Amino acid sequence: MCVVGAGVIGSLYAAHLARICEVSVLVRRTEHALALEAEGLRVSGKHEFLASVQATADPARLPDFDLGIVATKATDLEAAAARLAGRSPGATVMTIQNGLGAEEIVRAHGPWPLISAVTFMSGVRHGDTHVEYELDTETWMGPYASELPFERVDEARALLERGGLRARAFADLRPAQWSKLIFNAAVNPVAALTDLPHVGQFAELARSSDLGHLVGGLVEEGKRVAAAAGVELHEDPWEMNVHAVRRGQTAAAEGAYAHVPSMLEDVRSRRPTEIEFITGALVREAGRHGVPVPLHTALLQLVKARESGW
Amino acid sequence: MRVCIVGCGAVGSLFAAHLAQLADVEVWAFDLDSAHVAAINRDGLRISGAAELVGRLRATTDPAKLPACDFGIVAVKSMHTSAAVAAAAEAFRDGAVCSVQNGAGNEELIAEHVQSVIRGTTFPAGHVIGPGHVGWDTKGDTHLGPFEPSPASAEQVRELADACTRGGMPTHALADARGAQWRKLIFNAASNAIGALTGLTHGRIAELPETRELAWAVMREGRAVADAQGIVLDLDPEELFDFAARREVAYDHRPSMLQDVEARRQTEIDFLNGAIAGFGERYGVETPLNRALAELVKGLEWRWTQ
Repeated sequence: MCVVGAGVIGSLYAAHLARICEVSVLVRRTEHALALEAEGLRVSGKHEFLASVQATADPARLPDFDLGIVATKATDLEAAAARLAGRSPGATVMTIQNGLGAEEIVRAHGPWPLISAVTFMSGVRHGDTHVEYELDTETWMGPYASELPFERVDEARALLERGGLRARAFADLRPAQWSKLIFNAAVNPVAALTDLPHVGQFAELARSSDLGHLVGGLVEEGKRVAAAAGVELHEDPWEMNVHAVRRGQTAAAEGAYAHVPSMLEDVRSRRPTEIEFITGALVREAGRHGVPVPLHTALLQLVKARESGW
Repeated sequence: MRVCIVGCGAVGSLFAAHLAQLADVEVWAFDLDSAHVAAINRDGLRISGAAELVGRLRATTDPAKLPACDFGIVAVKSMHTSAAVAAAAEAFRDGAVCSVQNGAGNEELIAEHVQSVIRGTTFPAGHVIGPGHVGWDTKGDTHLGPFEPSPASAEQVRELADACTRGGMPTHALADARGAQWRKLIFNAASNAIGALTGLTHGRIAELPETRELAWAVMREGRAVADAQGIVLDLDPEELFDFAARREVAYDHRPSMLQDVEARRQTEIDFLNGAIAGFGERYGVETPLNRALAELVKGLEWRWTQ
């Protein structure tokens, strides 16, 4: 079992899976690998435990694995996949990145059969060896390009569940993947540009200037692209938005914070965002199918312009 | 002639100090900043930068102290228009009141409180340096015309424009000032909202392909709304955009809405992109981009306006 990348999501997979099998983590920094091997990986929040993992920053020292999970941000995926090239050619590899296009990037670097996945888990990193598990929501997974028997996907799902995570296997992930894509494209750039976490404003429609109109317009454009691409959505992204906002309001009432979408975190820390993989991917799909998406195009332009400032 | 400036910030002060140079004009200023008012009454109103001058005028924080005036020049930020004009309306019972504010929609608010209204658009810009002292950054022309639903007479428009010009602020009296107003509105709506959301200077907005394309699309919507109202733009807002982006003009200028957002002040978004969207709705023109920008800036403000 190998996890590439130990940010929030990678750490959550690695720690939970380490409870049931041997896990090695491939990270970029040597001191990160040393710290993980010395101190283990601590999970707090929804679950509380300390996991023991192997870790290395050198791909050549990675032991053979049956299942690899590439859990870097989409912006780091190309580099991560290149480092994995030549390792465990018989393994199944799972991509978990936001947006579209992760599978093609990994495919270019190795022959592994691929599992497409999206996750709604979230958490907060408190240093190299401690992750707080915030939202214990599902990972959705399915075979990529129907080259992989569904049973292999279901085995991976069972593994995640035995480790204590929630997961669901689909024969065709695209409906779920696109639901999440449209949800992310409607929420993340708006959060990044307004500096607002995913609060009630995102679903507010009472006044004509309320933000819910923009989010709703973005969802509508996204749904038209999905329809043109022949994808029947698994869930209505607007309902996902309303649901997530309500969950955030309940959390706020209990003293927790509303969820800060990763793109807002990126903008606040002046890191490159995943805008090209989320909104950019949707705009490119729209172009391929001749669907006008003026709102998504405007948000892509604004976020890219924002990034150009640093 | 007696003129009262309502809101003696940077732009109001430029008009006040220049008009005060004229022997035949008595200038008053109504402003809520008591330190500024006291300094003006004590030392006069000083302008420095593009020109150096001191205007002698009477300033007050109390609208009840204002005498009957022939003209009012409203220069408060747009979100304060209603409150400021309502407070001073008695002084303008027989006079005409002119807006020199940003955006569209101010004349409509002024007309709720006074009879005769002048539509105005001004390009000069400045900044407050301290009490009684304003820096003049950019020179430029002012265009005045009657506000059609509740108009001042052509004679009144001409009289005010003439006084401003003689005082040193070149001002044109027009039969229809909407073309100048909408040119500036369309330009401002694109530059300000994009600046506020991206943190970029005007020059960067004009040269970066992403923002340039967006700005041009936002201006196309504004043009369509102007067209639907039968407004003929006096000049192209796109040309103004590129002109302002020159190194020697305003390449490094941080749009005022960006400055507002950085200082966590309320912005004039309702009178810029919000006004374009509002007029668009009234005249049956879709303005999805201006609407989106207005909602995003409102979202940005939400944190400190709640």
